Amino acid sequence: MNRYPVWKYLIILIALAVGLIYSVPNLYGESPAVQISGARSSITVDNTVQARVEQLLTDAKLPLAGLILEGNSLKVRFKDVDTQLKAKTLIQEGMGDNYVVALNLLSNTPHWLTALGAHPMFLGLDLRGGVHFLLEIDMKAAVDKAFERIAGDVRRELKDKKIRAGAIKRSSTGVEVQLRDEETLRAARKAIENALPVVQIVQTSETGNYSLKLTLTEAELFRIKSDAVKQNIATLHNRVNELGTTEPIIQQQGADRIVVQLPGVQDTARAKDILGRTATLEVRMVEDDQAKLAEALNGNVPAGFELMEELDPRGNRQILVKKDVELTGENINDAQAGFDDQNQPAVHINLDGSGANIFRQLTAENIGKRMAMILVEKGKGQVVTAPVIRAEIGGGRVQISGAMTAADANDTALLLRAGSLAAPMDIVEERTIGPSLGKENIEKGFNSTLYGFAAIVIFMVIYYRVFGVTASIALAANVLFLIALLSMLQATLTLPGIAAIALTLGMAIDSNVLINERIREEVRNGAPPQTAIKAGYEHAWATILDSNITTLIAGVALLIFGSGAVRGFAVVHCLGILTSMFSAVVVSRGLVNLIYGYRRKVGKLAV
Amino acid sequence: MLEMFHFKKDIPFMSYGKLTTAISLVTFLLAVFFLGYKGLNLSIEFTGGTVLEVRYSQPTELAKVRSQVEALNLSGKHTEIVVQALGTTRDVMIRLPNVSGISSAALSTKVMDELRKTDPQVEQRKVEFVGPSVGQELVTHGLTALTIVCLGIIAYLAIRFEWRFAVSAILANLHDVVIILGVFAFFQWEFSLTVLAAILAVLGYSVNESVVVFDRIRENFRKASLRGKSVPEVIDNAITATMSRTVITHGSTEMMVLAMLFFGGAALHGFAMALTIGIVFGIYSSVLVASPLLLAFGVTRENMIKPVKVKEEAVV
Repeated sequence: MNRYPVWKYLIILIALAVGLIYSVPNLYGESPAVQISGARSSITVDNTVQARVEQLLTDAKLPLAGLILEGNSLKVRFKDVDTQLKAKTLIQEGMGDNYVVALNLLSNTPHWLTALGAHPMFLGLDLRGGVHFLLEIDMKAAVDKAFERIAGDVRRELKDKKIRAGAIKRSSTGVEVQLRDEETLRAARKAIENALPVVQIVQTSETGNYSLKLTLTEAELFRIKSDAVKQNIATLHNRVNELGTTEPIIQQQGADRIVVQLPGVQDTARAKDILGRTATLEVRMVEDDQAKLAEALNGNVPAGFELMEELDPRGNRQILVKKDVELTGENINDAQAGFDDQNQPAVHINLDGSGANIFRQLTAENIGKRMAMILVEKGKGQVVTAPVIRAEIGGGRVQISGAMTAADANDTALLLRAGSLAAPMDIVEERTIGPSLGKENIEKGFNSTLYGFAAIVIFMVIYYRVFGVTASIALAANVLFLIALLSMLQATLTLPGIAAIALTLGMAIDSNVLINERIREEVRNGAPPQTAIKAGYEHAWATILDSNITTLIAGVALLIFGSGAVRGFAVVHCLGILTSMFSAVVVSRGLVNLIYGYRRKVGKLAV
Repeated sequence: MLEMFHFKKDIPFMSYGKLTTAISLVTFLLAVFFLGYKGLNLSIEFTGGTVLEVRYSQPTELAKVRSQVEALNLSGKHTEIVVQALGTTRDVMIRLPNVSGISSAALSTKVMDELRKTDPQVEQRKVEFVGPSVGQELVTHGLTALTIVCLGIIAYLAIRFEWRFAVSAILANLHDVVIILGVFAFFQWEFSLTVLAAILAVLGYSVNESVVVFDRIRENFRKASLRGKSVPEVIDNAITATMSRTVITHGSTEMMVLAMLFFGGAALHGFAMALTIGIVFGIYSSVLVASPLLLAFGVTRENMIKPVKVKEEAVV
């Protein structure tokens, strides 16, 4: 009666094999590497880049241990940290500003394992060191900005349509437009409805008070808020790139927060400086006189001009721009990638009222010339794009198109927007963990789990003998399954996560204790050995299920409502409960069946 | 067979009902008193503020570090500055309240610069800053999680057993939670997010204990051999029969937790401490609080024996 059908043994074997394959990568350790990726999405990292990097390294006689071209980044592995650091400087200088070169650690997992999707567990910042920020977006400011934009648009629209309006006031809930009489009110309403379909209009028309109150729909407000988060994340990505960190995590948390995690970064002050920086955008005129440019390139820059790099995926170019700033990013309300009339990729820029006026005048006076959009960060300017002015542009809606791909358009729009965040952000949480503390945390967490595990095994084997041995093997299988599962899911393992592994193991043994106690009881009540085993497992099962489900309820609640440390704990805890049910009941039973199930006569159970 | 807890006769646990209720009531009230009187020593995750962990190259005097930090005159509220040794006197934790007008990065740099004056080798191991708005949210989320856990467990036990079982299990285990909180308040140990996680895990874990005992009680109610016995006798039998498992299971879990307490370092200390108290009181409360409560709610054999009786007999 204590024999499993073959398929059950097979399932156990397969589970163990899979567990082994997916947990083994954790044993290989890591080697130093350098990661090269494009500074912008339009810059691809391909075989040519790989060849260039290889050439650079062979020229400098730096031995490399491997090259991996994956996605849009190239990872170069080195034997030791020393070579890695030298190589980083070398590659950075050799490749220029279009590429981000960062230090990284690569797992030494052999290729056949990674091909199966087996990777080591993803360690949290508290285990590998780094910086964690939680930023909160000031949504009120984002909405205010939107209302300001609407107020500007309304002012312009009414002016264009020659509708005389009184005060246009912006409040925290909307925009109010005062009008003279019933007639202008109707005309204004029509004009606004045409120009701004997203606003909701409430009309007041009584003698002496003709006004329109413009508000935004819930859906539109939601869009503004989620756009603000998206734009801020994009901006943060841009800035983080500059830090040269690998695998930064920048993601939304809740409705209005952004988590930024920078593994390996130690200098919080610098990180914060870069994250919180406001880049500014400037519009200046380009000098296309080839003679002047040639002279400037020779080191003789004419007064009132300066040389600047123009960003180009095919290699940056130097161009000569005037020092006079015509317009700044302050006047840009929005920039979006899109398409022009000929269905070519383009960037649409929306200027505010005063920006629109300046721009109209500027374009009217400079038809045929080029103007440069310059992003100034930390006093250093870079020309994002320098289009030719074809005609006078009024109305504050500017379109930049030309030889660009959709990815270029996206990048340019992003860079233009990056000039300012959609809304200001505050750091509401910050955590820095030194690399030595991270290592120590891993060590301590691992040791405490090991000692606890050993203590349990020793006790179980002494107390329950053969059944203690099977329980211990089942417990070891549980560790294997849990680690394999965590590696497979690439869930972030934190110190509370390690604590959860330890605690889960301590709790998991409960199932085997329940089973063994039941078997003892059956034996005591005079049941023959085989019956005792069967009855023991069967009777214990209901209790095991009940008790695990109640624990799971607590775990899931923690998972849903916890944040940070609590969630890291809860993920592992919940997974551990699931694996423990399998290992404690199925695996241990399989072992017991193998030991006792095939004997014709069992004298006495060693329980 | 090595046996530690095999009792020939049932232990009359239920007859100690008055005594245990009295003990529980006293500890519970004491815990509530200390919670109200001393309050929890909430970590910066809840209150907001900055924590620095530094390592000196040599053992250092905490008083000196403290006076150095105070000399910076950061907030004028020196009572809120905490300087503590972490295990050794080389590792020092410095906790500062939120200071308006100065960013946390600047704050930590300022403190580190000051500390480096006495020991240039001092290493900054960890900085943690939490703004004031996050804390309130954590408290609400923590309370929501607690409520959900309680409701979930009540619902599950009510379906699997009966409402009397569900309510007494939850009451018994909430009593544990309050006692853990009380102990943390009494010793003024830091109450952090990990401690909260430990407490909620304990809640799930101790309910286990009650479930195992209740399972036995239900089984006993159905057993033909115990048919003539009174309800307290049936409960006593159930507790005695599960006694061995109770002690061994909790002992095993406790071994793991003690390993964390002793080898896990400062980061896991609070977590392991909360679990230790939770496990000890978990045993006590599921045996000596939940079961008397069950009795007090007037559980009878009929509550458990439903029309499916015939089928159930076959299994047992």
